[in-house]
Amino acid sequence: MYSSFLIKYAEIGIKGKNRYLFENALVNQIRFAMRRCEGEFEVRKAEGRIYVDASGNFDYDETIENLQTVFGVSGICPMIQVEDDSFENISRVVVDFMDKAYPDKNKTFKVYARRSRKTYPRNTMELNADIGEVILNAFPEIKVDVHNPDICLYVEIREKVYIYSQIIPGPGGMPIGTNGKAMLLLSGGIDSPVAGYMVSKRGVKIDAVYFHAPPYTSERAKQKVVDLAKLVSRYSGPINLHVINFTDIQLAIYEKCPHDELTIIMRRYMMRIAEAIATETDCLGLITGESIGQVASQTLHSLACTNEVCTLPVYRPCIGMDKQEIVDISEKINTYETSILPFEDCCTIFVAKHPVTKPNLNIIKRHEHNLDEVIDDLMKTALESREIIEVR
Amino acid sequence: MECYFDNSATTRVYPEVAELMMKIMLEDYGNPSSMHLKGMDAEVYVRHAREAIAKSLKVDDRCILFTSGGTESDNMALIGCASANKRAGMHIITTRIEHPAVLDSCKYLESQGFEITYLDVDTNGQISLEKLEQAIRPDTIIVSIMYTNNEIGSVQPIEEAGKIIKAKNPGTLFHVDAVQGFGKYRIYPKKMNIDLLSVSGHKIHGPKGVGFLYIGEKVKIHPIIHGGGQQKNLRSGTENVPGIVGIAKATELIYQDFDSDLDHMYALKERLIKGLLEIEDVKINGLTGRDSAPHIISLSVGSIRSEVLLHALEDKGIYVSAGSACASNKPAISETLKAIGVEKRFLDSTIRFSLCPSNTEEEIDYCIEVLKSILPMLRKFTRH
Repeated sequence: MYSSFLIKYAEIGIKGKNRYLFENALVNQIRFAMRRCEGEFEVRKAEGRIYVDASGNFDYDETIENLQTVFGVSGICPMIQVEDDSFENISRVVVDFMDKAYPDKNKTFKVYARRSRKTYPRNTMELNADIGEVILNAFPEIKVDVHNPDICLYVEIREKVYIYSQIIPGPGGMPIGTNGKAMLLLSGGIDSPVAGYMVSKRGVKIDAVYFHAPPYTSERAKQKVVDLAKLVSRYSGPINLHVINFTDIQLAIYEKCPHDELTIIMRRYMMRIAEAIATETDCLGLITGESIGQVASQTLHSLACTNEVCTLPVYRPCIGMDKQEIVDISEKINTYETSILPFEDCCTIFVAKHPVTKPNLNIIKRHEHNLDEVIDDLMKTALESREIIEVR
Repeated sequence: MECYFDNSATTRVYPEVAELMMKIMLEDYGNPSSMHLKGMDAEVYVRHAREAIAKSLKVDDRCILFTSGGTESDNMALIGCASANKRAGMHIITTRIEHPAVLDSCKYLESQGFEITYLDVDTNGQISLEKLEQAIRPDTIIVSIMYTNNEIGSVQPIEEAGKIIKAKNPGTLFHVDAVQGFGKYRIYPKKMNIDLLSVSGHKIHGPKGVGFLYIGEKVKIHPIIHGGGQQKNLRSGTENVPGIVGIAKATELIYQDFDSDLDHMYALKERLIKGLLEIEDVKINGLTGRDSAPHIISLSVGSIRSEVLLHALEDKGIYVSAGSACASNKPAISETLKAIGVEKRFLDSTIRFSLCPSNTEEEIDYCIEVLKSILPMLRKFTRH
């Protein structure tokens, strides 16, 4: 019965003179999401609202599902439109709407009328009362409850008349592309895709970097990361995934540095490489899935050590979350199943039995000097030989 | 050079088989159950395929049931026979080194109230016939023993086992999982007292998604797939005609130059093992001579994880598998390797080479050379 959707957006509405930028970005993102759906859609901005009109065959559930991936959307209202030719006509459509949308009439309702066209002959209070009366006359079982209604019937008098009663929650956040770009360190685990999702929810476009260590990590592990990036890109839009061959750097660290510090030193080099790519690709920050104390390399001491190599801000949206909270989000965004596939990633393969949990920065730095002879060349080669995969 | 040494995972389809299947898919694509001529043509194809396979086993063609592959054949043999014979008894005997298709079917039957005896194997991966004899009871309904183990290539004394089973309890059914043995041995169920024999198409250069189960004439068995009543109501579902024709053609071809193929594979195996043993700290699991399967070599390499070695070899164009490919999505430690008492440090460090007649001496030499050159480097970096 529905062929149009009213899109509600929360935070953008309170922006000042930049508001149009956010609205335009949102329209673009909705158009992009609608391309994944069967059917023709027109996305239009009118009177401070965004509307999605479907024409021809379209799949209602698929459309809602895809609208729910667009950051900036706070609510999706499936609605019907009528030409404003007479109050009788509107009444007829309202009755028909109530009949189809609510087969069980043993309910309470309230009418929320709204006029943006102030020349309309009845005012809002009159409209509420008159439409309420029409419904009461049509369905004897139905009752009015203005405090706790089961059904909130919205009737908006604009250029046309819009009728809806359902607000399906959207993902919230801000439209992608309104807040710059950041570089996500994407492993094959549970946390990093969630971190990418959370930052992009605030309107940030993301690119990603993955550290591949053949033959210690397999092609399947890499494919898994590509799959994860694809799942995140449903929300974040296209992602450029930079695949770094990290084997030689890892082996050099292994050979020249104490084994209990391997992970910290390795992570410091990952951050350095990520920052180098970030700078080159106009990213304004790095994103990691770290959470305090989850593993040895994520104690406050270790985080301080890895953070020390970066000048760009490092965003860690999972920092205060428990594992289960992260898992809950990963299940919501559908990355969990892929994340738990059992392929080794480069973080797990060279782990020492007892890695340091309270690394001392000065000692780490001293040990890193063991790499002085080779590391610049290795970093350069790793950066230059990287593979870039466009994930969309 | 590309060397495919993973023929126990799957094999390249014979070109003749692929061509024949292509013709059936494009031209003779009828449904054998259709009443018209196109249906009849398809039925004839299936009948001829059944006859060809029956001939290679020297059995009646009514004894061949086409399935979707080795796993379904094993499930059908165990679950179908257990269900049909449970009034005669609820006891089943198998070995610790069977394929998961057998072991997990047994686990399922255990949950349904059946009692399972698992026979141990010695360090060569072979069961003891004495223990088998002791295990058979009046209520034993099935003994299931694989012909050739898929991980270490050990071969079981099937013929002797058949005699022992029938002498001790003539009512006990003898199931043989010959997924790795068919095409490498001449198998005659009647002579060997085998009542049920599982075979898969894609291990003998045939297509994937097809296999068969030989079911002896007097065997009581229930279907496990229900529906339209095809194949005498034992296995419903429209027959996979291209697959069935493919597996039949592959059966013919695999036994065509059988003796010389066998000699060739044993020679390659010997050459490979000789080369491998020149490497420090390695071990070949199971037997290595003519008393083992011609195509499987299990190698444990000290101080290196099998997955890493596999990917390093892959990088040089050499394809092997870590443990058994059929179980490799579950990174659990191989039950077979544990059962034959492989040292703990080798359990996660074992790869499998599996050959086919088209492998060459050059490939073997290249492989040995590659291993010798990459191992010192790989061994430098091991997990502590």
